[in-house]
Amino acid sequence: MSILLDRESRVIVQGITGKIARFHTKDMIEYGTNVVGGVVPGKGGETVEGVPVFNTVKEAVEATGANASLVFVPPPFAADSIMEAADAGIHYCVCITDGIPAQDMIRVKRYMYRYPKEKRMILTGPNCAGTISPGKALLGIMPGHIYLPGTVGIIGRSGTLGYEAAAQLKELGLGVSTSVGIGGDPINGSSFKDILEWFEKDPETEVIAMIGEIGGPQEAEAAEYIKNHVTKPVVAYVAGLTAPKGRTMGHAGAIISAFGESASEKVEILSAAGVTVAENPAVIGETIASVMKKNAA
Amino acid sequence: MDIHEYQAKEVLSNFGVTVPPGALAYSPEQAAYRARELGGDKWIVKAQVHAGGRGKAGGVKLCNSEAEIYEATENLFGKKLVTHQTGPEGKGIYRVYVEGAVPIAREIYLGFVLDRSSQRVMIVASSEGGMEIEEISAERPESIVRSTVEPAVGLQDFQAREIAFQLGIEPAMTQQMVRTLKGCYQAFSELDATMVEINPLVVTSDNRVIALDAKMTFDDNALFRHPQIAELRDKSQEDPRESRAADRGLSYVGLEGNIGCIVNGAGLAMATMDTIKLAGGEPANFLDIGGGATPERVAKAFRLVMSDSNVQAVLVNIFAGINRCDWVAEGVVQALKEVQVDVPVVVRLAGTNVEEGQKILAQSGLPLIRATSLMEAAERAVGAWKNDLDQNTRVRAVK
Repeated sequence: MSILLDRESRVIVQGITGKIARFHTKDMIEYGTNVVGGVVPGKGGETVEGVPVFNTVKEAVEATGANASLVFVPPPFAADSIMEAADAGIHYCVCITDGIPAQDMIRVKRYMYRYPKEKRMILTGPNCAGTISPGKALLGIMPGHIYLPGTVGIIGRSGTLGYEAAAQLKELGLGVSTSVGIGGDPINGSSFKDILEWFEKDPETEVIAMIGEIGGPQEAEAAEYIKNHVTKPVVAYVAGLTAPKGRTMGHAGAIISAFGESASEKVEILSAAGVTVAENPAVIGETIASVMKKNAA
Repeated sequence: MDIHEYQAKEVLSNFGVTVPPGALAYSPEQAAYRARELGGDKWIVKAQVHAGGRGKAGGVKLCNSEAEIYEATENLFGKKLVTHQTGPEGKGIYRVYVEGAVPIAREIYLGFVLDRSSQRVMIVASSEGGMEIEEISAERPESIVRSTVEPAVGLQDFQAREIAFQLGIEPAMTQQMVRTLKGCYQAFSELDATMVEINPLVVTSDNRVIALDAKMTFDDNALFRHPQIAELRDKSQEDPRESRAADRGLSYVGLEGNIGCIVNGAGLAMATMDTIKLAGGEPANFLDIGGGATPERVAKAFRLVMSDSNVQAVLVNIFAGINRCDWVAEGVVQALKEVQVDVPVVVRLAGTNVEEGQKILAQSGLPLIRATSLMEAAERAVGAWKNDLDQNTRVRAVK
């Protein structure tokens, strides 16, 4: 098993006719993802990489039975596309777009709460690299070959730092059940806590790795949740030890503006919750391996 | 994006927030003239810089005559104001704002922020105006009133009244307080602000509610739909390297150290800086060149990093996912042929086709230091910097 995404997922790509979306659609299909269509208003009837394009998400869902979506729509229109997916009955949506206004995301979150929990779309991102269940399906822009199938569940805010961790695991012969990018924005679809809940329930995931960074309350909220609800071992790394207060470090959400938002404070909070913290990014893989060994013994 | 106090006051007054009569000046003569235009016999002269803590830093002066205004502003113009928010280099004063003094009865703190926990706009208010919010939360946390706004309907009157009563505003002035709160919220949501702060909001002895100071920060990602706000940008208040980077689509933050960093991805960039620190060095900058490490981007990045005279070694750390390492390596080689780099350069490539990438670096004939792991890269960069530093010290000693 894996979480959120597997071989059965029927994927559409919103904004599929764009150059980058086309490139990654091809890449996802080659990886084995079941891409069933795309959506671009006004381009219904066209074909991209062998899959049909529809004018609306609703039409795409009706015609293809799609249940997952990847949003590649430019920032001014991305929030609208996410809400369209939520309304059309998509179960899982990944938004790659970087640069969506924060208040648009507030509206998206508010909109999604119109639906009862069992019908509410799960959103990860925006500003993320996507989700991969190695050997099964890829919904995003990450290089599939750096992930081996396995039992480590990864949740991360950053794209390339997540690749670094996956590559370190591969080097050690360790694989991943699912890797979920929750993105670098201040208002995101799912938090660490939301995804921890999924990994805790997934019988295939043995250990969970959290890759956090400075800014925001979500690492601390995850620590609280782990203390009370997570039985599986959790390993974490928090980037930004050297980041100065009050400066945005690339990701819109990576800014220390309140107590508990610096890397050292987050490390302290996570350690207190029983999480094993990797001291530097070069030993994320080793730390996960040693926790797995201890867990097996 | 930050704007000046006088700009924030103009924006907020368009949404019904009362501000004191005031005028902007670019010279001492103009400041004195503007004061005469405003009338009255007591004025406040305020240095316009993008930072809080101006009062304590000497950027705000009370003046009783035009001559005093002339003298006060003459001492401000062209100076750098150093407050606890500007860093040691300070921010240049090129504009001052002259305001008529207001008879203050009490001071209130009022802030609107994006609350990441509730994922809503939160109002933070306190009866302890004039102090920084950090000080208030440390010293008088019980004085803080918080309220979040339901985004579907916006700030309601009852919420604004609740805040007014909790702050102990007299009933006769509740309506003015409600208008101020709703005006701020409307400005915040309609203009895509990420922060509105009025500190202090004052109640005057003649029963008026007035914003004595105002600070607004806007969401950079939403400026495309607010051209009138985007126009308020003042580059004189930004770090020139950071604005140059932003104009070139790179994300750069200058720091105090001397090992320059060129990395793809924000998280990996922070992790690289952390590793440098663990290896005994100090990073000179944060720099995210984005996902696609094209030769042009790498060259731009080298130019930017080398424009910092403190840089004594450079660490390039690229994780090539979709882009292959051989292609990134060619980019690095090409960039180093274009940009003159006279400090040691350590390159660490990881990801797709790493062996081919290493081969290209090795065969380039450039004096590059190669590394395979992140830790090794950081150690070599720190080692190269220390070696270089020793040599420099020796050279200086001989001279």
